[in-house]
Amino acid sequence: MKPAPFRYADPGSLDEALDVLVAEGAGAKVLAGGQSLIPLLSMRLAAPATLVDINRVPDLDTVEATGDGVRVGALVRHVGLLHDAAAARVQPLLARATANVAHPAIRNRGTTVGSIAHADPSGEMTAVLALTGGSVTVATPSGRSTVGWRDLFVGPLETSVHGPAIVVDAFFPALPPRSGTAFAEISRRKGDYAVCGAGVVVTLSENGTVSAVRASYLSVGLVPEVYDLTDAVNGQAADSADWAAAGELARTLVDPDGDLHASADYRRLLVGVLTERTLAEAAAEAVLRSAA
Amino acid sequence: MTSVDTERSITVTVNGVPREATLPVRRLLSDALRHDLGLTGTHVGCEHGVCGACTVLVDGQPMRSCLVLAVQVDGASVTTVEGLARDDHQGGQVLHPVQETFRECHALQCGFCTPGFLVTIAAGLEARDKAAEITEEEVDEIVGGNLCRCTGYANIKKAVRHAAAAMRPTGADHTGHFGGGDGAW
Amino acid sequence: MTTKLFGEPVRRREDARLIVGRGRYLDDIGAHALAAAFVRSPHAHARITDIDVEGALDVDGLVAIYTYEDLTGPMAEPLPVLIPHPQLHAPRTGYPLANGEVNHVGEPVVMVVATDRYVAEDAAERIVVRYEELPVVVGVDAARSGEHAVHEEIPDNVAARHHQETGDVEAALAASARTLSFTQYIERSACMPLEGKGVHARWDPADASLRVYSSTQASTSVRAAIAAKLELSLEDVEVIAPDVGGGFGVKIVHPWPEELLVPMAAIKLGQEVKWAEDRREHFIGSAHERQQRQEITVGFDDDGRITALDVHAWHDNGAYTPYGIIVPIVTATQLVGPYAIPVYRVVVESVYTNTVIVTPYRGAGRPQGCYAMERTMDRIADLLDLDRAEVRRRNLIQADQFPYDHHLTFQDGRPVIYDSGDYPGLLAKLEALVDWPGIEARRAEAASRGKLLGAGMAMYVEGTGPGPYEGGHVQVLGSGKVLVATGLTSQGQGHETSFAQIVASELGVPIEDVEVTTGDTRRFPYAVGTFASRAAVMSGNAIALAARGVREKALRIAAEVLEASPDDLEIEDGVIGVRGTPGASIPLRTVAVLSNPLRYAFDEAAKQATQFARGSDDSKPPVTPGDAPGLEHRDYYSPIRSTFASGAHAAVVEIDPATWEIDVVSYAVVHDCGNVVNPMIVEGQVHGGVAQGVAGALYERMAYDADGQLQNASFMDFLMPYASEIPDVVIDHQQTPSPLNPLGIKGAGEAGVIPGTAAIASAIEDATGRRIAAMPISPTELYDVMRSPDHERTAAAGRRAGVGA
Repeated sequence: MKPAPFRYADPGSLDEALDVLVAEGAGAKVLAGGQSLIPLLSMRLAAPATLVDINRVPDLDTVEATGDGVRVGALVRHVGLLHDAAAARVQPLLARATANVAHPAIRNRGTTVGSIAHADPSGEMTAVLALTGGSVTVATPSGRSTVGWRDLFVGPLETSVHGPAIVVDAFFPALPPRSGTAFAEISRRKGDYAVCGAGVVVTLSENGTVSAVRASYLSVGLVPEVYDLTDAVNGQAADSADWAAAGELARTLVDPDGDLHASADYRRLLVGVLTERTLAEAAAEAVLRSAA
Repeated sequence: MTSVDTERSITVTVNGVPREATLPVRRLLSDALRHDLGLTGTHVGCEHGVCGACTVLVDGQPMRSCLVLAVQVDGASVTTVEGLARDDHQGGQVLHPVQETFRECHALQCGFCTPGFLVTIAAGLEARDKAAEITEEEVDEIVGGNLCRCTGYANIKKAVRHAAAAMRPTGADHTGHFGGGDGAW
Repeated sequence: MTTKLFGEPVRRREDARLIVGRGRYLDDIGAHALAAAFVRSPHAHARITDIDVEGALDVDGLVAIYTYEDLTGPMAEPLPVLIPHPQLHAPRTGYPLANGEVNHVGEPVVMVVATDRYVAEDAAERIVVRYEELPVVVGVDAARSGEHAVHEEIPDNVAARHHQETGDVEAALAASARTLSFTQYIERSACMPLEGKGVHARWDPADASLRVYSSTQASTSVRAAIAAKLELSLEDVEVIAPDVGGGFGVKIVHPWPEELLVPMAAIKLGQEVKWAEDRREHFIGSAHERQQRQEITVGFDDDGRITALDVHAWHDNGAYTPYGIIVPIVTATQLVGPYAIPVYRVVVESVYTNTVIVTPYRGAGRPQGCYAMERTMDRIADLLDLDRAEVRRRNLIQADQFPYDHHLTFQDGRPVIYDSGDYPGLLAKLEALVDWPGIEARRAEAASRGKLLGAGMAMYVEGTGPGPYEGGHVQVLGSGKVLVATGLTSQGQGHETSFAQIVASELGVPIEDVEVTTGDTRRFPYAVGTFASRAAVMSGNAIALAARGVREKALRIAAEVLEASPDDLEIEDGVIGVRGTPGASIPLRTVAVLSNPLRYAFDEAAKQATQFARGSDDSKPPVTPGDAPGLEHRDYYSPIRSTFASGAHAAVVEIDPATWEIDVVSYAVVHDCGNVVNPMIVEGQVHGGVAQGVAGALYERMAYDADGQLQNASFMDFLMPYASEIPDVVIDHQQTPSPLNPLGIKGAGEAGVIPGTAAIASAIEDATGRRIAAMPISPTELYDVMRSPDHERTAAAGRRAGVGA
């Protein structure tokens, strides 16, 4: 289990990185944290001709939290986002989800943006990007563009970012007012990819009743998806809403696959359970935040 | 112009000593440490980042050395199990408290996973508030990402608790001294 | 400093090097060796039609490529069947490199040697092997159907039909007040040591000798295999097991193809060659264990006392049978456990499948046997509405029934006669330890939290320390250092410490003076190996006997010098003194010098010894006939039969009825391995075994698809537990010494793993009220059980309102 030969560059600027990507052509791949890519290299399931390591590119390691949301640079490690208090205030899902990413040694090296670019439907941050309605900034030789989550995720481990391009940041919009979030996952071993995971946002109306409920799931479906579950609980009191009904609705909406660790039906069961549990928790937070 | 290479010369400070090596760029850090620098204390158990046996500290942070290319640590500081003990300035070494408690608590059997546990735990215990009593949640978090096939983990967790206790500052001195030692770990 | 260390929790001496990174494991050896990599079959069953190495030839750094065509002499013959058995009527083994046919994914086809492992893999990747695929057999049920054959000339796929019976089971069943029959399954797992296998070989052309390091559990036998297969004289081959990163059974198999091929290449190339198995290779190229289908019929009376037991099992042995039918025999003979079974019949059919070979994994057939017996007990209890502990108690062999003869023949060909034990004592301690009577209250408390709680127990008796022998050599040097060697190997069991304790205690020397070497054929060439919980029993006793031999000689020499009777002498802290006469003493190290009449004064010890030297008696030779120079002794321990350790485990699980996640909340162990050399080490063995038991019950399996592809051949998907999955374990001890060996000890290595599957299956059944007849079980499978309308419910569930309704 050793990587096949490749060429390596570690450019010192974004422009240089793009230049190398252009020069090296289709066989080039961007390396950031490498926590998903390097195992694939060692198993020879991936054999890029050139790795363009962006770890020396300046200014990509910042987390910017503003009233609009949180912008996470391509070199921000999971651990950095996990402990970023300002980011957590603006969008609490970030720290909550990141805490579920693998184990500390992986979080010390792996990057949030890299895991999004890896587009694993089992990944925490892909689901969070979708749930928050986020986007990524893609730099190409011809300039920068913003790609919304829905356009980004094309299939399992596949994004719409092709050719000489680098995802330089991800933007997670701020949690709306009178809203609360929760994130939970069920994995066979703690730290494993989730058998099923759920991130949810509950928003209350000014009179304290439920006005919007959205959920996104891990390991359910080929690409991250956001489900609107509002209909099940719309207008109900936040402390006594029928979250089970929302869970039931979610079960009918999802279309999970089975694999070694869970049948499709079991995943559907977990979607219901996790939805019900996380919504109750998120609603309680929404109540608190509404009061604040 | 950025160079695109198949081989690189790197300089890495390993266990406090600057080391130079010329390596194929695909060399994993784990292999570079073991085979190019002769530091075989770091072990390789799965080469896909799950077992944690190859964990080393890169600039003080535990990382899987099988998931880092050696060229990526050019200019960085790496600590392996061989670097956990301190020089006692009398020709000997003072073991890190967790090395002591691993032995005291029978926290190792075959010893193959042990280096990964030791560096992970040492970093975890350094990063926490040493004055506070360690909680079970902290212990679980610190040891939770490393696989051991021999011990069933009970004695490893015990060793973490004992090491945390040994690292508690003595008396009013909160600078991180442990067990009457002469410096912070 | 006391020298009576037997039984003390002495800290391990091997740790000193292991905690600072100075262990020396296989891949730490030979920094400049060439590296081997293998092209392995991607198909489970296929004929090889062509091997094209052309594409690899221009890989820079390639040194050599070997296929079957390059093997000559004994290397071109099938690998040995290590343990033939009359009932293994159709043994089959592979070749070091595939000879025209492959029978499992991972079988080695081509060996590549290159300047390093990266380059070797580059070359291997470019070698094109063409295959003609053949029908694939996966799993015991497919094998027994005989629809397709793994080996063409064995159409029913049956390698062996192992059969033992102790009476007329048909008649006994017919006469039984009650009978019940059921079928159950248990899946594959694997040893999965953190260090894979590995071999390093160095050929010295100047004196035509070979040194091989192997991460093995049996260095002496690897040596013999290499000598035979490579046609070398035994004395020209030395094999050393360095520090070994776990074994658990997989490294007892020998010779692995790589253990022959790597030395072969080293000789041919005249260079050091090394192969360090990677994790994927270990999954598909080593060994697994445990899959069985068990059909059980039991007769019993209205009180739950068993009158007859009839077991028919099918055991998946994988593609080949290099290790014979040890696992089926162990299942068959250890199944009866601590119970008196009046009439017992067992048939185990060992069947071929197109999967990785099956050889012992810690427990080696015992977990399956325990699962059969203990689940039988649970079913009897359920049917009769009796407490599960009570049914067990009524069937236990009593403490006054030893030696107890089961009239069965064990894996070593010797009778299964239990030497000693106290099984009612174990059960009583277990009930107290887990508070068995308090389970109903805990169930109610858990229910109030919305959880389903259940408890299960399982007991076992484990034959440990089978022969034929182990040896020990103890030598006292003039420096006072005591060198100890035994041939069997260590993989983390702390032998250096335990054996040093034995020698320190027997010889009366400080443990710091004792140095122990294991697994090095240069130091001790005769050995059997480390397996079957035999190291402490076999080498421990052999070393004790060797130490006693040294002691006897030392006292004889000292008696002459001190002009005392040997009977009046004692050794303490390395000094021989006359009991009750202070000052009349001589250091053991001085006796060591005196023991050799050639005493050049190279060192102070020799100089000091001269003061004790006696005038020579001109009428006798300097070395008395029958005596030998030096203070050393070699001895062997060869037991009449195995000792039988025992134990009882209880597991308490909590199940989330929404997600069907299963959490082991309590795990209790009562353990009896006779006299204990080092209780700290024994507890460590129990902890590790329990973790593997829990793993095998709830997490691990080998997920083969119908094409024979192992779907979870990585640590991502093979769910070896982290600390987060392993419960806290409480342990109580009982000690019934073995009357069979000088130290009164029994083995402890495997015990912890044996009852895990049985106890946890029982606990889940107790919690859910659904029959659990296939293990391991995962939440998704439990969900399927719970929602299936026709899945069998236990009688207890019906009696317990509200549970599983």
